[in-house]
Amino acid sequence: MWSFSNISDNIHDWLSANFNATWTLIIEMVIAGTLVIGLFAMLGLILVIMERKVSAWMQIRLGPNRVGPKGMLQSMADTIKLMVKEGMTPNGADKIMFNLAPFVAMIVAMLLLAPIAFAENFQLWDLNIGVLYITAVSSIMVISILMAGWASNNKYSLLGAMRSGAQIVSYELSAGLSILAIIVLTGSLQVSEIIESQRNGWWLFKGHIPAIIAFVIFIIAVTAETNRAPFDLAEAESELTAGFHTEYSGMKFALFFLAEYVNVFIVCGLGATIFLGGWMPLHIGNWTGFNNAMDYIPSSLWFFGKTFFLIFVIMWFRWSFPRLRIDQLLNLEWKYLLPISMVNLLLVTLMAIMGWHF
Amino acid sequence: MYRETQIIAGSSHPSFAEVGQPGEFIINVGPQHPATHGVLHLVITLSGETIKKVEPHLGYIHRSIEKMCESLSYRQFIYVTSRMDYLSAHINNHACAMCVEKGLQVEIPPRAQVIRVLMDELTRIASHELWWGAMAMDLGAFTPFFHAFRERETINDIMEETCGARLTMNYMVPGGVMQDIHPDFQKRVKEFIQLYKRKVHEYDEMVTGNIIFQNRMKNVGVLSAEDAISYGCTGPTGRGSGVSCDIRKLYPYEIYSTLEFDEVLETGGDSFARYMVRIREMNQSIRIIEQLIDNIPEGEVLTKTKAVLKLPKGEFYTRVETARGELGVYIVSEGGTNPFRIKFRSPGFSNLSVLDHIARGSKIGDLVAMMGTLDLVIPDIDR
Repeated sequence: MWSFSNISDNIHDWLSANFNATWTLIIEMVIAGTLVIGLFAMLGLILVIMERKVSAWMQIRLGPNRVGPKGMLQSMADTIKLMVKEGMTPNGADKIMFNLAPFVAMIVAMLLLAPIAFAENFQLWDLNIGVLYITAVSSIMVISILMAGWASNNKYSLLGAMRSGAQIVSYELSAGLSILAIIVLTGSLQVSEIIESQRNGWWLFKGHIPAIIAFVIFIIAVTAETNRAPFDLAEAESELTAGFHTEYSGMKFALFFLAEYVNVFIVCGLGATIFLGGWMPLHIGNWTGFNNAMDYIPSSLWFFGKTFFLIFVIMWFRWSFPRLRIDQLLNLEWKYLLPISMVNLLLVTLMAIMGWHF
Repeated sequence: MYRETQIIAGSSHPSFAEVGQPGEFIINVGPQHPATHGVLHLVITLSGETIKKVEPHLGYIHRSIEKMCESLSYRQFIYVTSRMDYLSAHINNHACAMCVEKGLQVEIPPRAQVIRVLMDELTRIASHELWWGAMAMDLGAFTPFFHAFRERETINDIMEETCGARLTMNYMVPGGVMQDIHPDFQKRVKEFIQLYKRKVHEYDEMVTGNIIFQNRMKNVGVLSAEDAISYGCTGPTGRGSGVSCDIRKLYPYEIYSTLEFDEVLETGGDSFARYMVRIREMNQSIRIIEQLIDNIPEGEVLTKTKAVLKLPKGEFYTRVETARGELGVYIVSEGGTNPFRIKFRSPGFSNLSVLDHIARGSKIGDLVAMMGTLDLVIPDIDR
C-alpha cells in the first residue's frame, strides 16, 4: 500500500548508506525542519482559502473567484500583500515584546506539529508522552497573546488579551480532561500507541456514550482554546475592533493569523488521532473483508480527511453562531463543561476497570 | 477641557487609570469602530469589563440639514431629508410632503395615498431586514447579514424600478408621488411577499431560536415603561417596553385608519423584547402590503399644484411612524417660498439618549447588543 512512509524509508536508507549515523541524523533533522516550515505555510494557505470558501457557501455568495482557478490562489496573493506591507510598531509600544509575540505564536504552532502522525509510520517525533507534550506546549500560546496585548499599549488589545488569558486557561482544563478519558482507555500517552489501540475500531465508537461526551466537550473546548467563534472574545471585532492584534500589521499580523489556523489544524488533528483513529482506516471488530477493503485507502488520506472534517465542523460553528459574553463563556466552562467532564472521567475509569468497552 | 484632552490622548496614553476612580479606565468606541455603524463616538468608562458610564459624542456627521432646508423651497427641501434616516428615506419624504400639503391644504389622489403607504411599508421591511443582519453581526454572527440582504435587495430592486433610486428615493412630492408605479410593480411585490414567506423561518432558526443569542439578549438592557416615556423613546424601542406609541394607530395619517394591522407590543423591555417587536412588525407590514397590493385605485398620482409653492403664515406639524419611531416635522412659515424655520423631531436622538441609562453595570459585549437593538442610524441623530 502506498504511503508517505515509503518515501521516508527510502530517504533514510539512502542516507544511511552514504553517510555515517551522526550526519544522517543531522540531514534528516534539516529535512524535517524544512518540511515543518513548508507545511506551516501550506496549511495556512489552504485553511484560509478553505475558510473563505466555506463561509461563502454558507452565506449564499461565491467567495474569492478571481486569482487562479476558482480563486484558489487568493491566499497566495494575500500573503504577498501582507509581506510587502509595512510592519509598524506603535510609538508607545514595548518594542521587544511587541515584535517577539508573533514569533512566539508561530514557534508554538510549529512545535506542536512534531508529534502528529500524518500517516502510517510517518511522524516527526514519536515521544512517549506525545499527548501530554501537545497539551503542555499549546498552553504557551496564551503567553504570546498576553505579550501582544500588553506590549501594544492599546486598551482594546489589553482587554482582548485579558479575555483570552481567562478563556484559554479555563478551557484547557476540560480539553485536558476529555483527552484523559481516552488516555485512561488506551493506557498510553504515546501517539502511535493510541492509534494502534484503535485497530479494531475508533474510540468514538468503542468507548460507548462517555467517549461521545468526551468528544463533544473536546470539540467545544478546543474551539474556545483556539479563539475561534463563538468563543472569539479575544478578537471580537464588533466590540474590540481586532482585540489583541489591533496594532499589528503586515507580516507580524500574518504570523498570528497563520498560527491561529495551524493551531486549529493541530487540535483537529489531535481530535482525529484520539477519537477517530488518526491514520487508522475505519475498522469494525473482526469484519476482515470490510477491514481489508478499507485498508486500500492510503493512511494519509484517512488522517487528512478526518482532520479536515473536524476543521469544517469548527468553521461551521464560526459562521453560524453569535458570540458569547465573557461571563457566559466562563460560566459554560466552570459550571457545565468541567463538572461534566470530571464525572465523565470517573465513568470512563469505571468502564476501563470493569472492561466494558470493546 | 480636561476630559477632551484625555479623549484625544486616548489609546496612546501610557497610563490607563488617569481619569476618574482608581481602577477605571476610559475607552473610546468610535468615531470609527465596527460596532457603531457610522460615526458615533461613545466615551465609555470601564471598570474591568463592566460599564460605569456611556457618554455619546455627536456631531461627526452633522450637515445642518435643518438650516439647509430654510434656504430651499418647499419642493426642494424634501430631497435633503432622504439623507437623514437613509434607511427610511421614503417615510422621511412622506412626512415632509404631508406637512407641506397640510399648509397648502391640498388633498392627494387616492391612488397616490395607497402608493405612499405601500412604499412606506416596503421601506419599513427593508430597514428592519438591514437592522436584523447588522445586529446579528454585532453579536458576532456574520451569516444572517447576507441572508437579510437577499430579501432587502429584492425590495431595493422594486424601488429602483419605480423611483429610479435604491437608497435616497425622493419619490414623494407635495401633492402625491412623482410618477406612476412601474407596470411590473405589483407582480414584483407579490414575488417579494412569496420570497419573504418562504424564507422567514430561516430568521428564527438562525438567530431567534439560538440559545447563545437568547442568552445574550434576555434581561439585558432593561428599559422600563416609565423610563421609555421620560426619555421619549418611540418606535420599536418604546413598544418593546410596552409603551403604545405607534403613530399609525394613535394619530392615523393617509389611509392607515382603514387598514387592518396590529400594533406590536412586548412587555419585557429588554433587548430581546425590542428584537421581537421588529421581527413581528415585519409580518404586520407584509399584512398591510397584502391588503393593498391588489386594491390600488386607478387615477391620477399627483394633484396639480402651483409651480412655486407658498405656505400661508403659520406653524405646521406632522408626524409619521418611521422604522425607528416617531418622526415629527415642524415648519414655521412667514408666507414666503422658503420655510422660515424647520425642526425635525428624529427618533434616533431620543433613542440614543437612553443608552447610558440602560448600559450602566452591564458588560462591553452587552453594550454592542443594546446599540444593535436601539437600531441607531447616525445621520438621523446628527442631521
